[in-house]
Amino acid sequence: MSLLEVQGLGKSFGGVRAVDSVSFEVAAGELLAMIGPNGAGKSTTFNLVNGQLRPDAGSITLDGQELIGRKPREIWKMGVGRTFQIAATFASLTVIENVQMALISADARLYSMFGRAADHKRDEALALLAQVGMAPQAERPCSVLAYGDVKRVELAIALANRPRLLLMDEPTAGMAPAERNDLMTLTKRLVLERGLGVLFTEHSMDVVFAHADRLIVLARGRLIAEGTADEVRDHPKVQEVYFGSGRTFGKKAGGVR
Amino acid sequence: MTLSGLLVQLLNGLAGASSLFLVAAGLSLIFGVTRIVNFAHGSFFMLGVYLAYALVDRLGTGLAFWPALGLAALAVGAIGALVEVVLLRRIYRAPELFQLLATFALVLVIKDVALYLWGAEDLLGPRAPGLGGSVEILGRRFPSYDLLLIVVGPLVLALLWLLLTRTRWGTLVRAATQDRGMVAALGVNQAWLFTGVFALGSMLAGLGGALQLPREPASLALDLLTIGDAFVVVVVGGMGSIPGAFVAALLIAEIKAICVGIGTVNWFGIDFAFSKLTLVVEFLVMALVLVLRPWGLMGKPQALSRNTAAAEAPLRPAPRLLRWAAALFLAGLVLLPFVTADSPYVTVLAIDLLTAALFAASLHFIMGPGGMHSFGHAAYFGLGAYAAALLMLRAALPMEVALLVAPLVAAAGALVFGWFCVRLSGVYLAMLTLAFAQIVWSVVFQWDEFTGGSNGLTGVWPSEWLADKRSYYFATLALVVLGVLALRRVLFSPFGFAMRAGRDSPLRADAIGIDVPRVQWLAFVLAALVAGLAGALFAFSKGSISPDSMGVGKSVDGLVMVLLGGVQALSGPIAGAVTFTWLQDSVARSTEYWRAMLGGIILLLVLAFPQGIAGFVGHWLERRGTNR
Repeated sequence: MSLLEVQGLGKSFGGVRAVDSVSFEVAAGELLAMIGPNGAGKSTTFNLVNGQLRPDAGSITLDGQELIGRKPREIWKMGVGRTFQIAATFASLTVIENVQMALISADARLYSMFGRAADHKRDEALALLAQVGMAPQAERPCSVLAYGDVKRVELAIALANRPRLLLMDEPTAGMAPAERNDLMTLTKRLVLERGLGVLFTEHSMDVVFAHADRLIVLARGRLIAEGTADEVRDHPKVQEVYFGSGRTFGKKAGGVR
Repeated sequence: MTLSGLLVQLLNGLAGASSLFLVAAGLSLIFGVTRIVNFAHGSFFMLGVYLAYALVDRLGTGLAFWPALGLAALAVGAIGALVEVVLLRRIYRAPELFQLLATFALVLVIKDVALYLWGAEDLLGPRAPGLGGSVEILGRRFPSYDLLLIVVGPLVLALLWLLLTRTRWGTLVRAATQDRGMVAALGVNQAWLFTGVFALGSMLAGLGGALQLPREPASLALDLLTIGDAFVVVVVGGMGSIPGAFVAALLIAEIKAICVGIGTVNWFGIDFAFSKLTLVVEFLVMALVLVLRPWGLMGKPQALSRNTAAAEAPLRPAPRLLRWAAALFLAGLVLLPFVTADSPYVTVLAIDLLTAALFAASLHFIMGPGGMHSFGHAAYFGLGAYAAALLMLRAALPMEVALLVAPLVAAAGALVFGWFCVRLSGVYLAMLTLAFAQIVWSVVFQWDEFTGGSNGLTGVWPSEWLADKRSYYFATLALVVLGVLALRRVLFSPFGFAMRAGRDSPLRADAIGIDVPRVQWLAFVLAALVAGLAGALFAFSKGSISPDSMGVGKSVDGLVMVLLGGVQALSGPIAGAVTFTWLQDSVARSTEYWRAMLGGIILLLVLAFPQGIAGFVGHWLERRGTNR
């Protein structure tokens, strides 16, 4: 059985069908890329799976448990970690405190008023930071980091409660090419080591073709193709949405020339 | 009540709505474009009344009456422009709360200027020429001047609408209301746009004031009374929406008028005094609207302000130097009564400083790390004070028990109000806290049999072993130090981290399992508990308690203390409370115009130390540290 099963997912905003009967699966130990042009419905799909939006139709199950109707924080507790398109961390906490915050929440110690939060599982937090290569910067405030580093901290936060599924919305946006490769190699390693399932969106095709096990392609809210990198690359519909069909300007454009 | 009586009351309401709308429209315009919550707007209204009085006095009460009103409005507009250019322009990049503090300082200054120019007595203006009489409507007399007012409101609404939709300037104003940064990027000179909007808004407030001259006397209390009403109207209508302000003004003025009209009704053997509701009904309406429609009747969710404060530095345990300084300071506090044995007043003042510090620390707790700006924190101070007094006087509990139970009563109040407040954020949250505080205040103010009404309660003295001021000082010192240390401890605990996490990024907090509203709710209750303790200590130190201890003024005092000290530093509220209370005490004894001096000092501090006193000292120490 797959880790994440999405069936007939639909969401409309006013008259726009942002996501239209989309179905796909993510298996444990699989790195699934979701690609598509701007406005294809990628972020909406993410927000539906994560619980920030409520779908109009369909079902989303994690290991057979329905996610629809649950709040993001409940979905997190079930083992779904998430990174955002625009990285969100706690600016007034240090790097290690950001990770400790997630550990505190995972240990259900949020309402504890005694004890020092800065002492909570420091070693484990440092180990998580070491995984993403941020241990040397552990004591810096999150507000002064370079954006690429913030994204890595975000990944460490998302990993804090040992998730089974990781949702990464444009994980490498705003990073230098070498950094992108490092981050995705790291993600791939986590997938293999921990049997994690990862669903990610990405605009950089280099990243997608180099690292994804499988791809799904969205366009105008619909799933138009699915398969390995080569299958998707050669799919006529995918070529149409990315490169156009040549019909947009019709005969008139040709006539002018 | 008869039908004709109701109709006349409704007409009365319409007349009241007009001036309310003028003030609120100006406030809304200014907020929409500059994002400044202008506390001094009520002062501009007050200036309008006074200037109209002075001009009518000089020009005579004949036909010159009308130009005099217009001139008064224009003059207020000019004063507004001056204030914008000289003061506000310098602090547009400062955090929102600092702008609020600056405009509050203006309130103090303007009040004393008015006191200097026109004296403390209320001044009653002349009747309007030609409209001094009354007309008969359905057999009842109705002032003909009020008919004019009824027309003015819609007229100004129409003119504003034309200005905003039919002129280039109006288009710019509307664009700036939606996205200031984009308008600047298009090459529009923001400085003049802001000045223009501020002048127009002030002029509307001045006009609203001038038009009131024949109806009510010019008085120094008008500024805060008006700003309270105007805030309510703007928030109910939706911040930045002019039609919303009009609808809200109508709604509130009519509901008030109806309450007066109904008077006292007997339902099921119990008397309901609707006329007593007038003090509070607008806040009830606001609370209801904010709970059901958090952006007001015709408002839209605000875009995030782009000039937020720089990210706060992470909390670190106090460095050794600061610990020593704190220990030394504490030792000084313990020795104080012995050192100043020959001037007992110092001990009395020190008790005031201590309770103020505890109150400010509790407000800082939710404002700084909690990220919730409360304009009504005095409610919990007052609840603690009244609970202590009532538990002792009415329930005959020993003073010690009353002192310890009173904070729980304040916390219980916060448990109810906080549940609503944490569903909102930003200015709207601030306004809802204000509304709840106002509701509590008006209940206490009017419930003569139980709370002593406006006179308050007397005979609230501590037990015999604490009767000596010096022993009471030590008890206060112990509890205040305990309270401050407890709050500090919580800030370093997992819960304190969760508070800051929810403030820094609600999105991320939610995504790692933090129930942000719940964390905020609990923080709110904790802050109220400590504020309640401060209130109870205050009540027993004075021996009496009055509704002032929970009024808007007290809430604003708390805000000023926290902001003076600096929101970002843990020692900020202490520094701010001590500075503010000491300034208030020493300046008030040296001059009649203490408000203006206090306001001037606050303005200087705001312009010189945009991070607060403690923030400034902290940065200075840090810089010295890194240089070495």
